[in-house]
Amino acid sequence: MELFGEGIAWLLAAENWTDPRNGILLRLWEHVSLSAVAIVMAVGIGLPLGLWIGHTGRGAAAVIAVANLGRAVPSVGWLGIVFPLTLVLGRAGIGFLPAVIALTALGIPPVVTNTYAGMREVDADLVEAGRGMGMGEMELVRGVEVPVALPVILAGVRVSAVQIVATATLAAIVGGGTLGHFIVQGIFVRALDRVVGAAILVAMLAIGTELLFSLLERRAVSPGIRGEPRMTPMDAQVRVAPPAN
Amino acid sequence: MREGDPFIRFDWIVDNLDAIAQRLGEHVVMVIASVVIGFAISFALAMVARRWRFTYAPILAVTGTLYAVPSLALFVLLIPITGLSLTTGIVALVLYTLLILVRNIVVALDGVPPEVVEAATGMGFGPAQRFWRVELPIALPVVVAGVRIATVTTVGLVAITTFIGLGGLGYLIINSGTQRFFPTSIYVGVLLCVVLAVAADVGLERVQRRLTPWARARSAGA
Repeated sequence: MELFGEGIAWLLAAENWTDPRNGILLRLWEHVSLSAVAIVMAVGIGLPLGLWIGHTGRGAAAVIAVANLGRAVPSVGWLGIVFPLTLVLGRAGIGFLPAVIALTALGIPPVVTNTYAGMREVDADLVEAGRGMGMGEMELVRGVEVPVALPVILAGVRVSAVQIVATATLAAIVGGGTLGHFIVQGIFVRALDRVVGAAILVAMLAIGTELLFSLLERRAVSPGIRGEPRMTPMDAQVRVAPPAN
Repeated sequence: MREGDPFIRFDWIVDNLDAIAQRLGEHVVMVIASVVIGFAISFALAMVARRWRFTYAPILAVTGTLYAVPSLALFVLLIPITGLSLTTGIVALVLYTLLILVRNIVVALDGVPPEVVEAATGMGFGPAQRFWRVELPIALPVVVAGVRIATVTTVGLVAITTFIGLGGLGYLIINSGTQRFFPTSIYVGVLLCVVLAVAADVGLERVQRRLTPWARARSAGA
């Protein structure tokens, strides 16, 4: 149990934060920037894809099948799959690039499946009414379907973001730095104070991400449907698998 | 991997089938142990949450927070308590199953139509008999859906236990793969993880269909 004390002591020592080559601040920045880029890319790819298959229904079965298969790949597996790219890319293949590719690939399936699930739950009569009012396809997506499906879509984004922040820890094994560097290196050299200290920080970061996105979720729900969601994020999660991190 | 080696070395796979099978076996044992223990605890927690409704939100909050903790961090944070041991791995894996299983069991049981429960009561079923013979069978598909999600999730998480020296297929991905720069081992590990997850998912779905023949009859008739 005294290891917790040592971990906290390690976290509280100022010199551990400021080392320009291996300080907590540097690793925290690596962790946050890597995660942010991967989250933006996962949403940038997954959201349009989910909206497209949700709106048109075209190719939905195939895309969802691939997404579900993607969910079966362990988080550490994505890093493993991408890692041999170093052979092709040389120097650029170590560190940020393979990590960001792996984390993006990991983050796409929850966004796609939840966006699709949310769009499918939109009452067909609503879409018909919009069409009857002369709305174009894009207008229907933006003005009717997305606002109604938003809670479920954002739940997918939250799950994806938390998973990316959590898995960024493992990016250390492909030279991506991040707070996981302290854990992986620390286990290797048996410096357990920094292992425990970094683990505490990583846990706080992931829980913080979860809370931040939950807040966003609550804020972003259209006032017109607040209070009586057709399909709550929880229903969506009961049906659509939340992934491991 | 040395210069000039092929990307995937099938001869290595053939030579190491025993070692690969051993890692696969370790993986399967850890998944089964974690999901079985996790289910037992979740079932008890779900009963508590249904009996005393005010406990449901705190149970979800605690298990949900645990769920957000990265697995590597959780394994590491358990080391001061249970050491570098199988116990550490199983405890962490069990904690991850709780959120999914508790929520699915409660949602499943809440979804049983009240008129069915009433009819069962009217037919003279006692509370225990009604639960086991009416409510639980009707709730089964959603309960099993939760078990499927938890199992697939656990298959992925077990891979990470290799960082605390437990292995499973994670050993192939990390120790003999990434750390030795050997793609063959990485891809064998990842592929077997995916196969295991998909097989467990499909297998459990089959079991659920077997156990609830009436659901099949109804959807076929509709």
